[in-house]
Amino acid sequence: MPWNRDDLAKRAARELQDGFYVNLGIGIPTLVANHIPEGMTVTLQSENGMLGMGPFPYEDEIDADLINAGKQTITELDETSYFSSSDSFAMIRGGHINLTILGAMEVAENGDIANWMIPGKLVKGMGGAMDLVAGVKRVVVVMDHANKHGESKVLKACTLPLTGTRVVNLIITNLGVFEVKPDGSGLKLIELAPDVTLEEIAEKTEAAYEVAI
Amino acid sequence: MSSSPKVFPDAKSALEGFTFDGMTVMSGGFGLCGIPENLIAALRDSSVKGITVISNNAGVDGFGLGQLLETRQIKKMISSYVGENKEFERQYLAGELELEFNPQGTLAERIRAGGAGIPGFYTATGVGTIVADGKEIKRFGDRDYVLETGLVADLSIIKAWKGDARGNLIFRKTARNFNPMMATAGKVCIAEVEEIVPVGALDPDNIHTPGIYVDRIVQGTFEKRIEQRTVRVREAV
Repeated sequence: MPWNRDDLAKRAARELQDGFYVNLGIGIPTLVANHIPEGMTVTLQSENGMLGMGPFPYEDEIDADLINAGKQTITELDETSYFSSSDSFAMIRGGHINLTILGAMEVAENGDIANWMIPGKLVKGMGGAMDLVAGVKRVVVVMDHANKHGESKVLKACTLPLTGTRVVNLIITNLGVFEVKPDGSGLKLIELAPDVTLEEIAEKTEAAYEVAI
Repeated sequence: MSSSPKVFPDAKSALEGFTFDGMTVMSGGFGLCGIPENLIAALRDSSVKGITVISNNAGVDGFGLGQLLETRQIKKMISSYVGENKEFERQYLAGELELEFNPQGTLAERIRAGGAGIPGFYTATGVGTIVADGKEIKRFGDRDYVLETGLVADLSIIKAWKGDARGNLIFRKTARNFNPMMATAGKVCIAEVEEIVPVGALDPDNIHTPGIYVDRIVQGTFEKRIEQRTVRVREAV
């Protein structure tokens, strides 16, 4: 069985380490917050100006002045701090965030990522994605292995406009996990989802990779 | 409260003399959080046209900056994300609206730099993407950086929680976002606040925006619309 959304979040949560400051993207990455291991201190950053993001509020706690980067209502914790957007991106650009987990449309074998724009379709904007991939120490992508037409999203080279070049460190798809080699020379397949075979990966992956399971 | 030349009775009078056709306006907020609701509505009610708006987002249909789109007062938007607005989409696809996307952190820093008198800076954000097209690239150490320019505006309109008659401001929670930088980067800045408190009531150690940046201040009323009302359910005891 390939991994489902929650399995993907669970697998991505294994990239967390005690003491990490982490920024989670919208979608499956947001679910990683539900899988922070017991006893581990992980501080979530929200790029609209908050460190120490708490869970969704109870109905009677909703505060219009307290939202995350996905514009969802959230809560604060005892440890929370607030700051401006420029301070927030100084944290990101300055390399102070340990890890970001993001979705993607395409990832290439050299670590290029495209996740903000499909030419010819309505472009909504990159938000903070370009800053995150350029500034955060470790970039983990969580996505489906193939698009809805069954075409590989793990490519030799991205076809869509890029979000960043040579920035991705780890790719977690519903079929398995790839490390991006730091020298940009390709991928290493390091893990398979349950019941997924090497043949299936080979058939569905355009990028070059070596098997290192 | 002593009378002060900075305090205005309402958003309409606060805008007087600060607006003209073809002007550039910075408008604070992230999504609908921390937006200057009263000043946006007053701009809508003014006859100002051809505005270039610098704002992280473009509001939603019928609220926030969406209102200025409906009245066709906006010529161009400089933003990082504009996904929540059908009228925006229609005008953009019809070629009626210009759009410049900036990465969110680059936008924030361009505004901060503009307000701090810094004409340009280098950042790794956007290198190798269409954002860097036509811009100078410079290598520092083993990495390439792109030159981005500081941004200033004819007017910035911002929203704070509390302020005093000298223009000192305090923001609340994530409603701070782009507001403090925008206060510094407008040739003139108007702040709207939930409450104007007596001078001396704000703790000087906890003022987020010193009054030097704020030319006019007005107390407003706020709808504070929420885009994504996400909640959890309390377990029965």
